[in-house]
Amino acid sequence: MEEEVRLMKGNEAIAHAAIRYGADGYFGYPITPQSEILETLEAEMPWETTGMVVLQAESEVAAINMVYGGAACGKAVFTSSSSPGISLKQEGISYIAAGELPALIINVMRGGPGLGTIHPSQSDYFQATKGGGHGDYHLIVLAPSTVQEMADFVGLGFDLAFKYRTPAMILADGIVGQMMEKVVLPPARPRRTPEQIAEQCPWAVTGRPATRRPNVITTLELDSAMMEKHNERYQQTYRLIEQNEVRYDEYMTSDAEYLIVAFGSIARICQKSIEDARSRGIKVGLIRPITLWPFPTEAIRQLSRRVKGVMVVELNAGQMIEDVRIAVEGRVPVCHFGRMGGIVPNPQEVLDSFIADFPDSRH
Amino acid sequence: MTPQDIIRPENKVYARPALLNENNMHYCPGCSHGVVHKLIAEVLEEMGLADKAIGIAPVGCAVFAYNYVDIDWIEAAHGRAPAVATAVKRLDPTRMVFTYQGDGDLAAIGTCEAIHAANRAENIAIIFINNGIYGMTGGQMAPTTLEGMKTSTTPYGRRVELNGYPLAITNLMTQLDGTCYVTRQAVHTPAAVRKTKAAIRQAFSNSMDGSGTSVVEVVSTCASGWKMTPVQANKWMEENMFAKYPLGDLKNTVQQ
Repeated sequence: MEEEVRLMKGNEAIAHAAIRYGADGYFGYPITPQSEILETLEAEMPWETTGMVVLQAESEVAAINMVYGGAACGKAVFTSSSSPGISLKQEGISYIAAGELPALIINVMRGGPGLGTIHPSQSDYFQATKGGGHGDYHLIVLAPSTVQEMADFVGLGFDLAFKYRTPAMILADGIVGQMMEKVVLPPARPRRTPEQIAEQCPWAVTGRPATRRPNVITTLELDSAMMEKHNERYQQTYRLIEQNEVRYDEYMTSDAEYLIVAFGSIARICQKSIEDARSRGIKVGLIRPITLWPFPTEAIRQLSRRVKGVMVVELNAGQMIEDVRIAVEGRVPVCHFGRMGGIVPNPQEVLDSFIADFPDSRH
Repeated sequence: MTPQDIIRPENKVYARPALLNENNMHYCPGCSHGVVHKLIAEVLEEMGLADKAIGIAPVGCAVFAYNYVDIDWIEAAHGRAPAVATAVKRLDPTRMVFTYQGDGDLAAIGTCEAIHAANRAENIAIIFINNGIYGMTGGQMAPTTLEGMKTSTTPYGRRVELNGYPLAITNLMTQLDGTCYVTRQAVHTPAAVRKTKAAIRQAFSNSMDGSGTSVVEVVSTCASGWKMTPVQANKWMEENMFAKYPLGDLKNTVQQ
């Protein structure tokens, strides 16, 4: 398959991008607003072309444990769900992190808590960036704001997961999952051969040839001294990721007197708010974290030294604002505008809230 | 004739399978796990499957199965071994994939995964150790605990009105179209050990042939959990466990 320009939903783009990436397997369970990922994969029948396995599991719990099994074999495997389903997957995600296994998990967030709503939200920021399951671990968390990024982050997520042997998450919201946009799908590349997997993933469970010792993927260690060493190794990996993999976008920050920090779909709404603000002489810029973990702390810290105030805009009650406050270190006021429960504000609401919080911004 | 005359290679009739390593097992005296581990190692060796076998270890006493049988292993979360095995087998159908699970793992927390893997006719073998108790956590009630049986969480004996009935999950699994071979065995006598070995061989063979899901239940002793000597435990198992969980093939749709 060559590069191709298509009009499609973000969820569909993820499915197509995974097939073209050469993913080995997908294990999912239906939940709104992300079921198109499973539906598209079933309709595309990649097992007939690339040999990719697609399976509708009996539960989110089973699906993430299938991912654990596939990842232990060195395969490029992924799952997707939405907020309540991601909660169910947390035990398995913790095992994948502890097993130092590469895997991709997609959360197309809906409003919670509980069964909540099927409408867009960003209320799983804490869960995604601070661990989520039990134990000291992190996921690499990518936050797409366009259908193009939904497609691009599949390959990026897999590449980072394999580079660091740690699970990566695409933390999307219902808007990016459901809206249709133009997307450039990458050319297809072949799945890795068993020989390539054995070479690139010498730890993988493949069936033990006589030439090596058994490969065992386990997360159990009853010796506390050893368990601490494992933890230290995980933390070294996380420090390396923090050094190398911070990604963010800046928009009109060069002359900005105020800063908005927003991720995902709401960051695009904020761009419009910023354009409207600037037409009224208010110099606002935007930082859009692309990696929510590792967080672009240093970039926000630098900008906080030359702006008068920061507003964090999120589709939640105020979660990322905690990381922004750590970056700003109290230099300037940090305020929050958020809508919850599946409500998405328009650019005017964002701007009104900004002006209410920073009345001096109007010269 | 001196002992040296007897201990000669040509007189050797039995040996430790090479796949069973020299690590000291952590299992208690009289526990069935060690025997079943040895049978798995023997069968894999005899079938030439050492380089194709992938074992999925449970949570429970057998969580450390990977310390004793020198093949590739994945240790699963509690009850999730059949889901893990599903992916491993589907991603590479040339492998021989088996789970090794206890009664708490398979019949309580992992019922959903076990039933659905079997219902999808996943080409995996499930080795199911049923000793009617949670061994590793210190002897709590299992779904398979017999009525009246004392455990640390049924200190006055299991009562149906409080705890429900003992779950014969293997019988349940015979009802699923996806299972091709379901059998219940034990390892308390040499004859029983030989039958269990034949059952494991059949299950592994079914996995390679793509015949569907095989379940080999091994009714087992937990002398420590039952608070008995190994000899008492064997006798108690014969008199009580076999009444609720009688031995023999429950289903076999595969032509021998």
